[in-house]
Amino acid sequence: MKTSFVTLFYKEVLRVQKVAFQTLLSPILTAVLYLLIFSHVLEQHVEVYPGVRYTAFLIPGLVMMSVLQNAFANSSSSLIQSKITGNLVFVLLAPISYWEFFAAYVLAAVVRGLVVGAGVYLAALYFAQPAMDHPLWALLFAILGSALLGSMGVVAGIWAEKFDQLASFQNFIIMPLTFLSGVFYSIHSLPAFWQDLSRFNPFFYMIDGFRYGFFGVSDISPWFSLAVVAACFAAMAGFTLALLRSGYKLRF
Amino acid sequence: MFPAVDVRQVSKRYGSLQALDGVDLRIEAGEFFGLLGPNGAGKTTLINLLSGLARADSGQLSILGRDVAAQYRDSRRLLGVVPQELVFDPFFTVRETLRLQSGYFGLRHNDAWIDELMHHLDLTDKADTNMRRLSGGMKRRVLVAQALVHKPPVIVLDEPTAGVDVELRQIMWRFIQRLNREGHTVLLTTHYLEEAEALCGRIAMLKRGRIVALDSTQNLLNSAAGCRVRMRLSGELPAVLAPHMIERVGEDYLLALSSYPALETMLMQLREAGLTVLEMSLQQPDLEEVFLRVVGKA
Repeated sequence: MKTSFVTLFYKEVLRVQKVAFQTLLSPILTAVLYLLIFSHVLEQHVEVYPGVRYTAFLIPGLVMMSVLQNAFANSSSSLIQSKITGNLVFVLLAPISYWEFFAAYVLAAVVRGLVVGAGVYLAALYFAQPAMDHPLWALLFAILGSALLGSMGVVAGIWAEKFDQLASFQNFIIMPLTFLSGVFYSIHSLPAFWQDLSRFNPFFYMIDGFRYGFFGVSDISPWFSLAVVAACFAAMAGFTLALLRSGYKLRF
Repeated sequence: MFPAVDVRQVSKRYGSLQALDGVDLRIEAGEFFGLLGPNGAGKTTLINLLSGLARADSGQLSILGRDVAAQYRDSRRLLGVVPQELVFDPFFTVRETLRLQSGYFGLRHNDAWIDELMHHLDLTDKADTNMRRLSGGMKRRVLVAQALVHKPPVIVLDEPTAGVDVELRQIMWRFIQRLNREGHTVLLTTHYLEEAEALCGRIAMLKRGRIVALDSTQNLLNSAAGCRVRMRLSGELPAVLAPHMIERVGEDYLLALSSYPALETMLMQLREAGLTVLEMSLQQPDLEEVFLRVVGKA
């Protein structure tokens, strides 16, 4: 394997490890707080799948939400910090191809997403123990979903010139799409209009497919969800690679 | 044999600013070459194009025969750049920074050279210190080490001594001169013209994106023909010499002469006027004078 790609990937992982309190522990704590509050308030009132406690239903959604948000945060924040402090020059001066650049940032985003997701899952086991009927399906959706968000993070990190531009990307695109994707509910509980709208949200397919890995039940066929998520990743990866190849906002 | 740096008809425009305008430049392997020019002349743009940080609108650039666009992996391996800005990654120690930089260039086990670099740049004590905790001068040394971590045959130093103390400058130049003696080509941009005069064998001067002078340092100095004479006389300067006077400094006269033979004529005129020279010193033209003349005229 190419040393330059491995080094860039290792640098990204080392960076996460150096500030683990902020990059790993903090999002786990946030997810546990969501779990604590929502499960306490809704446990007795909501049953989404027959025979599945609401807290157990909620756990896969929260795990996947954490995976996706942290994958995005990893690549986007690393890139904008490097751009603003100027140290991205060390990567740009090196003989690293645009696809190695892409692969290293996206893979590091997947790693952070999976580590945070595993942490949230382990912490959540204290509150409920959801079934795990198809773990490979869950892992597949977690990897594909975090790769998609990692790729979006690369685009956002390249595009944004200030931290508040990145924050708007996160607050106006990523957060609404994750919250409106069925993390806290099944789309069957929504009015018809919102159900139809949800089907245009790729995050819905990631969460629904991931949840299928736990309960063997989903709103949509997991194969269809897999096709949608894979297609979205392929499109986003193609767009990101084209952007990197053009040198947009990196090589002037 | 390929030149270390070959720039052919390179142009680059940023909006309405023509940063480089048809630049041709050839630097042979093993040279210590100076690139001078006022702010905004295009020096950093040229370095950015050579290193791949920017892309030329037209023309070709190559490092030791490798095209910087088509063969960018090869050309970047052959080039080490010390950037002008004091940039660093705040997450890592000095040793981690140098190991990562080695890895970016495909070198897995580079600790022996990293140790040697740190030794020569007086960084050994700081090897395990986080970059954030280093002084500006120390950070500058790490930047130099990062540029040299893959032993590039061509080294580009973009104003490496801006704002650094005399001690660091001496450490750095001793090391860079050693590398140059060992065969590395050095391309230097600096605002310290005495540095360029002392170190560079050849110099190019840029102004508004064009090369306005390109010659050996000695030829450039010789082009500022003549000398300056500072002298104290037994009386007032005779009228016949008044056109040569630059200024009066206290009791001394400062005169500009077009050539050394003109000195003999001046002394004869002084004798004819019945004057005696009480004190006299000759001043050689320096690069600053040449720079101001060339850049001012162009």
